[in-house]
This record gives sequence, C-alpha cells and structure tokens, in this order.
Amino acid sequence: MSVRKIIELDNIRRDFQVGEEVVHALRGVSFSITEGEFVTIMGTSGSGKSTLLNTLGCLDTPTSGEYYLDGISVRTMSKNQRAILRNRKIGFVFQNYNLLPKTTAVENVELPLMYNSAIKADERRQRAIEALKAVGLGDRLEHKSNQMSGGQMQRVAIARALVNNPAVILADEATGNLDTRTSFEILVLFQKLHAEGRTIIFVTHNPDIAKYSSRNIRLRDGKVIEDIYNTNIQSAEEILATLPQNDED
Amino acid sequence: MNITNLFKIAMRALANNKMRAFLTMLGIIIGVASVIAMLAIGQGSKISIQNQISEMGANMIMIHPGADRRGGVRQDPSAMQTLKLENYETLRSEARLISSISPNVSASGQLIAGANNYPSSVSGVSIDYLDIRQLKVKDGTMFTQNDINTSAKVCVIGKTIVDNLFPDGTSPLGKVIRFNQVPFRVIGVLQAKGYNSMGMDQDAVVLAPYTTVMKRLLAQTYLNSIFASALSEELSPLAVEEISTILRREHKIKEGFEDDFTIRTQEEISSMLNTTSTLMTTLLACIAGISLVVGGIGIMNIMYVSVTERTREIGLRMSVGARGIDILSQFLIEAILISITGGLIGVIFGCGISLLIKFVANWPIFIQPWSVLVSFAVCTITGVFFGWYPAKKAANLDPIEAIRYE
Ligand SMILES: Nc1ncnc2c1ncn2[C@@H]1O[C@H](COP(=O)(O)OP(=O)(O)O)[C@@H](O)[C@H]1O
Ligand SMILES: [Mg+2]
Repeated sequence: MSVRKIIELDNIRRDFQVGEEVVHALRGVSFSITEGEFVTIMGTSGSGKSTLLNTLGCLDTPTSGEYYLDGISVRTMSKNQRAILRNRKIGFVFQNYNLLPKTTAVENVELPLMYNSAIKADERRQRAIEALKAVGLGDRLEHKSNQMSGGQMQRVAIARALVNNPAVILADEATGNLDTRTSFEILVLFQKLHAEGRTIIFVTHNPDIAKYSSRNIRLRDGKVIEDIYNTNIQSAEEILATLPQNDED
Repeated sequence: MNITNLFKIAMRALANNKMRAFLTMLGIIIGVASVIAMLAIGQGSKISIQNQISEMGANMIMIHPGADRRGGVRQDPSAMQTLKLENYETLRSEARLISSISPNVSASGQLIAGANNYPSSVSGVSIDYLDIRQLKVKDGTMFTQNDINTSAKVCVIGKTIVDNLFPDGTSPLGKVIRFNQVPFRVIGVLQAKGYNSMGMDQDAVVLAPYTTVMKRLLAQTYLNSIFASALSEELSPLAVEEISTILRREHKIKEGFEDDFTIRTQEEISSMLNTTSTLMTTLLACIAGISLVVGGIGIMNIMYVSVTERTREIGLRMSVGARGIDILSQFLIEAILISITGGLIGVIFGCGISLLIKFVANWPIFIQPWSVLVSFAVCTITGVFFGWYPAKKAANLDPIEAIRYE
C-alpha cells in the first residue's frame, strides 16, 4: 500500500522583520509527513515550533520554500484560499483551548462547519455530536464553556478540530495548561485518534511526550536537528492507570 | 459563504453577549425616542398655536391709541386717549376694506350676583365684535342696535363668569348682576372657547353695549381700542393702510409725523408666535440631534471596544476557516440587527412617551410620520456605519496575532 504524503516541506524559511533586525525563525526546514503519523515537534522556547506549526496550519506563509498540504501548494495561495484550506483540511488545538465564551460545547464544535456552506444544519449538529462523543463528552453537549474544567475544554477543542474530518490535526502545547493526570487523559485521546488512523502533529517543549508518538522532530534555532521514528510507542493509558485519581470528574 | 450561516453566527454571537448588545441598543433607543418625542412636542405646540390664532378672530385688525410701543418707550398718558368714538364712526362709514368694526372700552371691577362675586372687566363693544372675535351666543341673544342706542344695561357673559357667579347651575339668563354697583341684566351666554396660547382665559368676558360702558360705567369719551375685520386675509395690509390714512386725516397728522395710533393685524401676531414656536422646535430638534450623536458615539464606542475585546474570538474564527469577508459580514449583521431592533424599540418608546405626555401632562402632541422615519433611518444608518469601521478593522486582523492577543 502506497502511503499518502499529507505534508511536504521543502527548505522552509521564515524571517520576521523586528525593527532594524531580521529574526530568522525558521532557517530551511524540510521534512514530509505521511498519513497516519503521530509526530511530536520539540525544542526549547524560541526554537521556532509555533512558527512552524502556523506555517503548517496555513495561518502564516513562509518567506521562502515550498509547502504542499495534501498535494496542494500553499505558498502561492491567497488569504481567502488559505482560509478555505484551513476550514477543510486542518484542525487546530491550542494551548489555551480558545473556545467561544458562554457558548455550548455543541455550538463550539459546530464552528468550523458554520463556515462551510456545503454542510446543512442537521448534518452540522450531527457531526458535532459525534465528535463530542468521540472525545468522551457525549453527556456534556449543552454545557457552556465556562461551566467546564480545563480538561473538558480541551476535549471540546479537540472535538472541534476533528469535526471537519481534517487531513491533519495540529496541536500547539495542547497539554501545556493542564495538570499531569489531565495531560495524560488528553494524550490517551490523541493516541486513540492516532490508532484510528488520523495524522497528528503535536508541538510541545516537554521531552517526555515523545515516548507516546510515532515520530519526534527536534528543532533548534529554526532548524531540524533530530528526526527519529519511535518503534516502541508507549501506551499513555497504562501510565494514566498508575497516576492517582484527581478529585474532580 | 451562505448568508443563513452568517446570520446564525451573528445571532449566536449576540445571544452570548446580551449585555453588550443591550448597551449598544440603548444608545439607539434613546436617540430615536428623544428625537420623536421632541419633534412631537415641538410640532404639537406649533399646531396648537396656529389653531388658537385662527380661533382668535377673523382677519382681525387691532387699533390702539399711542405710537408703536414695541420700542418700549414710555408714553405720555394723554397719548392713550387719542382714539375717539368719532374715529370709530368715521371708519365704520368710510373704510371699504373691512367687513366689521367694533369699538372697545374696558372697565374693571367686581361682579356680584347674589352672594357670589368675581373680579372681572366689562368690555363695551358693538354687535360686530362677535364676528371679529369669532364668538357665538350659545343661550339667549346678543344685545341689539337698539340697546346700543339707548345705552341699555344688558350684558352677554362667558362661561367662566357663569361658573363663578352661578355655581349652583341655575340659568343666568334674565338674572341681574352688578358691576361696580351698576345692575346689568344677563341676556346671553357665550359659547366656551377655552384658554388661548398665552394662557388667557377667553371665557372670562362680559360684553355690554359700548355706549353703556362709556356713559354709565366710565364717563369717558375715548376708546381703549378698535377691532375690525379685513374683507380677506389678502386685503388685510391694504385695509391697514386705508384705516391709517383715514385716522391720520381725522387726527390731522401732517406728512412726515408719526402716527398717534398703532395698528396690528392677526398675521403679525401669528407670525410672531410662529417664530417663537419655530425657535422652540429648532431648539428641541437640536437637543434631539445631540442625543442622536451621543447615541451614535455610544454605538461606535461599544462596537470598537468589542472588536478589541473579541480579537481572540476573531482569531479563532479565522483559524477554523473564516475569511475576512465572513468576519466583516458577521460584525455588520450584528450592527444591523442591533441598530434595527434598537431603532424599532426607540420608535415604540418615542411614540409611547409622546402619548404619555399628551395624556398625562395634557401637552399638545403631534407625532409626524416623517420624524419617525427620519430618526429611525438616521439611527440605523449611524449604527451600521459605526459598526462598519470596527468590522473592517476586525476583518483585516492577522489571524496569528489575533489568536495570540491577550
Ligand atoms: N510575529 C513575530 N514577529 C517577530 N518575531 C517573531 C514573531 N513570531 C515569532 N517570532 C520569533 O521567532 C522565533 C521563534 O518563535 P516561536 O515560533 O514562537 O518559538 P516557539 O514556539 O518554539 O517558542 C522567536 O525568536 C520569536 O521571537
Ligand atoms: Mg510556541
């Protein structure tokens, strides 16, 4: 079976003009990611992880280099075309959840589909409910974002990233705001999605997380300094079982 | 992007921020409501003044003794005695451009009927006075030329006098009332007219033959004033000229010397009062305009703040695939919904307040359809315009910066 290349980066550079100086956030990054990989991207703060992820997520355009997302060249696209591409091919999970305030879980998850007129209201709601069930929040559909714990909010955010059935899920420090146990719960969820065949790119500065992914890319000063496939993926679920129970939930 | 979804997006955003939506609306509600109410008050008083002026008399011309006093210069008391009964008689026989004419002499004192008394004045007039002032005798009759010729001690009284002298409701017709010891027989009662625009009770009148008042009450030969009616409104200025010519001749005033009498017409008074009420309407409109502007600034302020406050929301929407145009549309739809809802509530409030003032405070109120339309349109446009600018700003945000915004 030939594997589909979801992401192909060729010598990506990203320079930021800060006053007189030019900051080189990415200095020639090249790699490709195939369907079904769970890639962690690591590096110290300022190494260019977020810039890379924004580029992968079509939020940012590289200064030079080629980027193909699911076979489509992104570099030459207009702002609007990139917005549509994000809507159809990408699911974002942020460190601080970024849910709409005072809005129910279902409505939050429906959001990406609101910007896709091909999907009718019934289907939209149905898919939002399914996505919420997939992240284990089938019983919290009408809970508002301010009535949920951090872990629950991040699950809603993951459901929102799943709902458009994206080519790749991009997570930037998705467990950064959560305690150890909740972080593992989220990791379990990502591993489950991975097992279902989804492509995931997970940015983190926590080196321990590499054990649970299928591949780890390490950045330093805007360059890839290490790219290792993990043949011995550990189960986050087993670790979770050894952790003490939280009071909440 | 389909409009139904954008509409739904905007509705959800509004529903999640009811307080903000309400505060924005408040500016529009106050703006629209105050414009409608103020204009209704202004227009109402204008119309009521016009009505009262036309009720005051028919193309009325008033001739007073003394030079034009509008300058405020004090006059010699003798100057106030220049209008003589002969002048009235000459005018009556010579002036061609007037339909009716009546002398007016006035005596003030106390009216007494049985145990009741009431301070009042008695106007000595001719029969024409009724036509000139548009008065009607409701019960009984007006005095006759014969009564005038014989200086008969008869009178016709207004409703206020009836109410005060005959509080028990007995008919005053045929009754004798005393004025400064002189007995008058009541032969008629006037139809009530109410208060005029200057707050004067038009029913506190006692009319008697001018001969009676001059001879039996005052023993004077000069008149307080002469009232006349021009043949038509258009002829009024010519009638004034004719009267002036006759009086100057009678008073032997040489060319180049000032009149020793003053002639005013109803039109003059009405235009004077109209100027006042126009001034008031303008003033009210200004106040209303200011509240409209304040309302608009309120809208702009809240819209602007909400873009800043909602930067992350905008960033998030963009990250899940909203284009600039989608964000712009969302904010515009929000602004339009708020403005139209606020405008409608403002119209309801404005009309409600106007009617409340009408029925509670008894002010004359007239709600003009165009004022409702204009204030609604202006506020809605203000809301949409002030909503557009921050929306444009939101649409141009960079998604990365927006989502990272703290
Ligand atoms: N919008 C920007 N303008 C200027 N410099 C930026 C911008 N975004 C990132 N940088 C710089 O690029 C480098 C990489 O940043 P970032 O990708 O956020 O790193 P990380 O996520 O690994 O901490 C940093 O030196 C940062 O200061
Ligand atoms: Mg970062």
